[in-house]
Amino acid sequence: MRKRLRKANIWPYLLVLPALIIVMAVVFVPILNAISMSLQNYDLRRPKQIAFTGLQNYRQLFSDKQFTGSLYRTVLWVVFGVGFQFIFGFALALLLNRQFRFRGLVRSASLIPWVTPGVLIALMWRWILDGNYGVVNDLLIKLGWIDKNIAFLANRTTALPSVILTIVWQGIPFFALMLLAGLQGISPELYEAAGIDGAHSTQKFRFITVPSLKNTIFVTTMLRVIWVANSVDVIFNMTEGGPAYATQTLSVYTYLKANTLNMGYASAMAIVLTILLLIFSIPYLHSMFRDQGV
Amino acid sequence: MQSSVARRKHPFRRFFLLILPLIAILTFLLFPYYWTLVTSLTPRQELYSANTVYWPAHPTLDAYGKLFGQFNFLLPMRNSFVVALTTTVLSLTVSTLAAYSFSRFRYRGRKFFMVLFLTNNMFPTVLLLIPLFTIMRQLNILYTPMSLVLSYTTFTIPFSVWLLNGYLNDFPMSLEEAALVDGANRAQAFMRIIFPVLVPCLLATGAYIFMQSWNEYTFAVLFTNDRNRTVPVALKNLIGQLGVQWEMLTSGGIITVIPVCVMFFFAQKKLVAGLTSGAVKG
Repeated sequence: MRKRLRKANIWPYLLVLPALIIVMAVVFVPILNAISMSLQNYDLRRPKQIAFTGLQNYRQLFSDKQFTGSLYRTVLWVVFGVGFQFIFGFALALLLNRQFRFRGLVRSASLIPWVTPGVLIALMWRWILDGNYGVVNDLLIKLGWIDKNIAFLANRTTALPSVILTIVWQGIPFFALMLLAGLQGISPELYEAAGIDGAHSTQKFRFITVPSLKNTIFVTTMLRVIWVANSVDVIFNMTEGGPAYATQTLSVYTYLKANTLNMGYASAMAIVLTILLLIFSIPYLHSMFRDQGV
Repeated sequence: MQSSVARRKHPFRRFFLLILPLIAILTFLLFPYYWTLVTSLTPRQELYSANTVYWPAHPTLDAYGKLFGQFNFLLPMRNSFVVALTTTVLSLTVSTLAAYSFSRFRYRGRKFFMVLFLTNNMFPTVLLLIPLFTIMRQLNILYTPMSLVLSYTTFTIPFSVWLLNGYLNDFPMSLEEAALVDGANRAQAFMRIIFPVLVPCLLATGAYIFMQSWNEYTFAVLFTNDRNRTVPVALKNLIGQLGVQWEMLTSGGIITVIPVCVMFFFAQKKLVAGLTSGAVKG
């Protein structure tokens, strides 16, 4: 534990103050605002009729087929999106942990998707998956796997897998980055000792690599789940939630509702999403409290 | 470490277990950029012909000319630059102070404040977006760069506080203590001892804030109008009444991603070290 420099006084509080004021103003006040809006029929298209309606918005949510459908698609989006990010990110981390020429360059290059704007990601993949001129269609036809072009993003069965593919592509680098750091933190002596005991590589992976990375995997997965569940820009710019709601997750539905200026209903939905994420993050929050514990 | 003997013994194994999968993943990750570049250099009539163009027969920079001419792409770039730079300066200043407080003092409420900052990034953008829209409207700063700067601090401040706190914790306190013993006050000790070594960390954190602000779309599309559109919004708006013009969109994409890539290559080492240290420990 860190030794205190001098007896605590007013200074530490003053130093936190500016950041605290801003965060209060742009995060906590808006949250209270959202809660209050969710309890009113706060529709900016009919500003004169705004009134307190209690839990009306929430009640309406659970009879809204679009809402329950969005909830289901959010689960698919998160489970498959983050799941494949993890699998390929782990594979990439294991590869980057080996010795080869130009490793530094390869590592930096593989991180670029992570810092690419969501809009650009959406547009790039829209073009790649385009039904008329898309390169994926061209390649699949040349390989003889399909006979005629598929409109991946306009077709109800292929749209969701297509946006999931895009978010997987976007998220592989972050997983690889965190897991690679974890891998580099494992002492080589552990592997040497296991080698002397006659362990082969799958056993080393199973009994050394995976247990050592447990914490990294946990934290990274949590962060990604929250991020992916909240993300709007990729889906919105690829399909706007269509066709026929096939790619409409809860965040996207909320965003579309906010765009129609029905702020009360949209707020209620945003609050339900937040509560679901908070429940999901309890183990993460718990570990955070523990780690920050002084 | 793999010994060179082992490597020579299994050249095939190495090829199938390392080189080949690496090429496969890298192709998947980098192909979209190649494709975007190729499209942006392809003349219209080639692009919309029966054959898919893998490299144009007659590469052209026409799309880029049109992007900066007819579509005046420099304006959104300037707007984005102003927003990103202001966000970076504001977030870095207040976050450095807060992080210093968390790292160097022990006091009642410290843990509470830290968790307050840390849990911030859990709130969905859509939750904050709706009330912030009405608040900005009431404050009369909707459709000004300030509305974006303030909105972006919702995710930049918590992140920077967390990152800078990590960096500061890695610096030993003994040097500062020596300066304090020599009669310097705390502000002097910070400026003389901590600040110089913290500069690379501030640059890395700043680069990340800048990239995040440069890339942000969800707030930007609602909080800006024609005059102060930022790059991601302008990029999306290239899909205009004329329909989708892919050579224009892709040239805009290349222009958008270049500044981010340049910053990232300079900042990545320090940034990655700071980002990963928190998750890997423990």
